[in-house]
Amino acid sequence: MQAPDVKAIEVTDLTVAYRETPVLWDIDLDVPPGVLLAIVGPNGAGKTTLIKAILGLVRPAAGNVLIYNKPYALQRKIVGYVPQRGSVDWDFPTNVLDVVMMGRYGALGWIRRPGKQDREMAMHALEKVGMEKYTTRQISQLSGGQQQRVFLARALVQDATIYLMDEPFQGVDATTERAIISLLQELRENGKTVVVVHHDLQTVTDYFDWVTLLNIRRIASGPVDETFTSDNLRETYGGRIAFMKNR
Amino acid sequence: MIQEHLDILLIAIVTASACALPGVFLVLRRMTLMSDAISHAILPGIVLAFFLTHSLSSPLMILAAAATGVLTVVFVELLQKTKLVKEDAAIGLTFPALFSIGVILISRFSSNIHLDIDAVLLGELAYAPLNRLEISVYDLGPVSLYVMGGMLLLNLAFIIIFYKELKLATFDVSLAATLGFAPALIHYGLMTLVSMTTVGAFDAVGSILVVALIAGPPATAYLMTDSLTRMLVLSVIIGCMNAVSGYWLSFLLNVSIAGTIATVTFFVFGLIFMIVPNRGLISIARRHIRQKWEFAQTMLVIHLFNHEGLPEAQDESEIAHLHEHLRWEPTFATRVVKYALNNRYVSQQATQLMLTDRGRSIAQQALVQ
Repeated sequence: MQAPDVKAIEVTDLTVAYRETPVLWDIDLDVPPGVLLAIVGPNGAGKTTLIKAILGLVRPAAGNVLIYNKPYALQRKIVGYVPQRGSVDWDFPTNVLDVVMMGRYGALGWIRRPGKQDREMAMHALEKVGMEKYTTRQISQLSGGQQQRVFLARALVQDATIYLMDEPFQGVDATTERAIISLLQELRENGKTVVVVHHDLQTVTDYFDWVTLLNIRRIASGPVDETFTSDNLRETYGGRIAFMKNR
Repeated sequence: MIQEHLDILLIAIVTASACALPGVFLVLRRMTLMSDAISHAILPGIVLAFFLTHSLSSPLMILAAAATGVLTVVFVELLQKTKLVKEDAAIGLTFPALFSIGVILISRFSSNIHLDIDAVLLGELAYAPLNRLEISVYDLGPVSLYVMGGMLLLNLAFIIIFYKELKLATFDVSLAATLGFAPALIHYGLMTLVSMTTVGAFDAVGSILVVALIAGPPATAYLMTDSLTRMLVLSVIIGCMNAVSGYWLSFLLNVSIAGTIATVTFFVFGLIFMIVPNRGLISIARRHIRQKWEFAQTMLVIHLFNHEGLPEAQDESEIAHLHEHLRWEPTFATRVVKYALNNRYVSQQATQLMLTDRGRSIAQQALVQ
């Protein structure tokens, strides 16, 4: 058990803007270690931008991000990232095993090639996501759910402490969604911190134990049972959540 | 004479290989248009370096022109970042501007320098062996061969050493960034090599046809394989084959060597585009035809199956009447029956078609779906 004041991710006063249009306004966010956290909010709320800012992929106009009290650049190896499935070209000439091995590149550093051990780790990760039969499959021949599993396996071989995932349930079938969520829950049981950009409000209470409501500002953040309230949701989504009002 | 042929062939092969290697990554990054831009925009660099050195193949020339090439990439990206100009427009704005500065420089000082704009744009492989590297009395071979040989080795070394980094930054640039692989550095490293290769190659094939060597073989290889390593190897092989066959063709027809090589490159791409298994045009067309006949046979067995054992069955399964029932052309119906008989979906008894067990199960399967 870690001391209660340890924060896996600590975002302070983070503002991201494209030109003068703010995408994120003065975000404060503490993520305690070992939670499975959903970031929810309407389209254009800045969910993806928040993840990218945490990873240093977009430059903030103001504010700071710390991973276990250190800047991201010093903590690369303990952070695993699952980008949106649509962010890469699936016609790239390579196969499933090769994509998963890319997750090992960070540990290898520059120039060094992946070896037998990295291969075994990749195979193991593919078994975990149920894709071990597809190792030599060309990636353009995968279904959406299979692509997502491959991305997940690629993050698993990073053997990270914190995982940031951008819409891992986007366009996957129900079986894959269940497989992914049980994998995420297993990661949490093993003490990992998992942050997921999530779209489906119906499943938040079932899947996650921590939630951040975001709409350019941070509306609320905390344990699901305290934070995922109809007042907070109304503030996040405006009046467009009539279906949730019996909450 | 034979020595000259050999020299030209060697230069062509080495140049094609040197261009194909970085070309693979340009094609995969959807940046082949950038190589076109670079190939034009290096002109002012070539001219300025020529003023300083009075030579067309000094190392300074390659560096100066390569710098102009990278500058082009930077300009295009800066314009794009303003979000006021899209990538194609940014490229279209940048390279003619730089190119025309080169044209103006040449026309202003053309009385003082022996720099022919045709030579820069079109190159002349036939003259390449004439410019020789000589140390005291020893003839060490054509200068172009050394320049492009050096570029080939440099490109090869870069790709072998940074293979993993290039692959990652090409496939998933954000993962490359989060893992600390500085994709911008890899990007500009690649662009520097493309610029240097283009400058080196203009002597042999000209600064425009070099685009054919950079884009053609990788685009062809992309159709043929699902592995990056094989795509690299195939690109080099295809590039060399295009160079050799283009050279001999130009010799037979007595026409421009570089022009013929570039034309052959296009036709080889077209040929592979037609015949490559699975994704080529011909195999797609064959698949469609096969599916058409298979579907027609399925319709036939379902028709027979639906009427099997019913009073009208005798009429419905009369071969001569099939085309009327199904509203098919008689010749089409005859062929479908022939295929179905060959496949043993049906058997012929006198003038009637009867379903076989196999045909019956095909019909049942199709109806379940």
